[in-house]
Amino acid sequence: MRRNGPLALIFHTIFVIVMVAPILVVCLVAFTPEGFLSLPTNGFSLRWFRTIANYPEFIHAFWVSLGLGALSSFVALLFAVPAALAIARYRFRGRDALAALFLSPLMIPHVVLGIAFLRFFTSAGLGGSFAALIIAHVIIVFPFALRLTLAAATGMDRTVEMAAVSLGAGGWTLFRRVTLPLILPGVISGWALAFIQSFDDLTMTVFLAAPGTETLPVRMFLYIQDNIDPLVTSVSACVIAITMSALILLDRFYGLDRVLAGKGGDTGR
Amino acid sequence: MSMAAEERSARAPWALTAPALMLFVGVLLIPLAMTVMLSFHDWGQYKGIEPVFILKNWHEIATDPYYAEMFWRTFRIAILTTLLTALLGAPEAYILNRMDGRWKSFFLLVILGPLLISVVARTLGWALLFGGNNGLVNKLLMSAGVIRSPIPFMFTETGMVVALAHVMMPFMVLSVWAALQRLDPQIENAAMSLGAGPVTIIRRIIMPQIMPGVLSGAIIVFSLSASAFATPAIIGGRRLKVAATLAYDEFLNTLNWPLGAAVATLLLVALVLIVVGSNALIERRYAEVFR
Repeated sequence: MRRNGPLALIFHTIFVIVMVAPILVVCLVAFTPEGFLSLPTNGFSLRWFRTIANYPEFIHAFWVSLGLGALSSFVALLFAVPAALAIARYRFRGRDALAALFLSPLMIPHVVLGIAFLRFFTSAGLGGSFAALIIAHVIIVFPFALRLTLAAATGMDRTVEMAAVSLGAGGWTLFRRVTLPLILPGVISGWALAFIQSFDDLTMTVFLAAPGTETLPVRMFLYIQDNIDPLVTSVSACVIAITMSALILLDRFYGLDRVLAGKGGDTGR
Repeated sequence: MSMAAEERSARAPWALTAPALMLFVGVLLIPLAMTVMLSFHDWGQYKGIEPVFILKNWHEIATDPYYAEMFWRTFRIAILTTLLTALLGAPEAYILNRMDGRWKSFFLLVILGPLLISVVARTLGWALLFGGNNGLVNKLLMSAGVIRSPIPFMFTETGMVVALAHVMMPFMVLSVWAALQRLDPQIENAAMSLGAGPVTIIRRIIMPQIMPGVLSGAIIVFSLSASAFATPAIIGGRRLKVAATLAYDEFLNTLNWPLGAAVATLLLVALVLIVVGSNALIERRYAEVFR
């Protein structure tokens, strides 16, 4: 195969700079010592990170986001793991239709989901509640939880299971002692990817959140609508750091390239 | 296998998927159906939502030029974003694919990583870079001699397209990347040994083979851009509305839910038709590539 010429490398360099620039600029401005938006030219300061402490609504929103992401990803797995096992192992009528239904939240615009859930939960008397947020997030993270579990279940060596059955292991024991440990890396990665999706969602959540159940992206969005100051950059820098940690967890357990390739592949319908 | 065991294995997949199926019917399909119904309800400033069946909202959307303009803007932005990602993302994927192993995976991570970083944070980055008429982007472009006078990016469609293209770029690179993995590098060598120049190779060998990847990437980028919320809301401000931000306004500011539901339903139906239609076209056109 031929190598890249100088023109290609210049294009590549500019491309990468443009891709990284907005993220980098947010993280840099977060360290500004000034009272206004500026790049930190006179040394770095943690001033704006300390300022976050004076805004309890951001702290509260952070805990809401964290709890919501952790809990909804876990609940999604409770539904997704059995479904993934069924889809991976059985050929039954309606299998393709079921898989399509379970992946459909990827195709439906989140603004439409937000409106549908707002209408639904308001008429159910759950408008603005944390429970409503959990259920809504379970639906939007479900495809990610399902897909990574499915990949693990499809690639699993089933002879170990057969050995366990021949030794007398039944239903629940078989699942808990043999199947689950074998698919666990996929399940944990599914949880992490689902967590990131939940933690980052704005479009759907902005319809459902009420004061008290606002998530961090919603709080940040509402704040940016009024004014942009270094405070939101320091909050954003924290969000970026948290996402990066989850990414590292994903990379350890699963390999980031596989996660990302899967993401592109299936959104590609 | 005994009769009982056979029967059990026929029922097992349904037993395993039943909880998820009930969840999806109960809290996805029913709410979606309720939204479509809501778009046929009446609404008044003082009476609120009235559960009757009328076509008032649909009639308003069809006749008031404001909505035609807004939908046209939404799709115009989505089309320009798609073009921009295809024009820049496809060559970048090709360049990436020709890199050495270690660099390849490093840059792939740098380009795809932003996919998982909060859209609010990424758009905020663009708002900082645009920052009025003397923002960093304008200063750079002017000192490089690309432009003479600053381009307004904030609160304009130009800014929305640039920021959206950045947000969507990983999807395009991924999609073209996937197509490139199926490409046999020997064909390129064969063309070269037969005397084809670099331009001919790209035009006659590479382009036709990665086209399905570009097109399926384009479908993803288009449908996500047309329904994007955070980026148009932050970069576009309060006046420059697209479908998603208008629906948000109707629901949370004007409180005219039935009209907002009609806008959302129309967006959903239009996107499903466009995505399914273009998928079918691409599959027919490139049937041999997908086989």
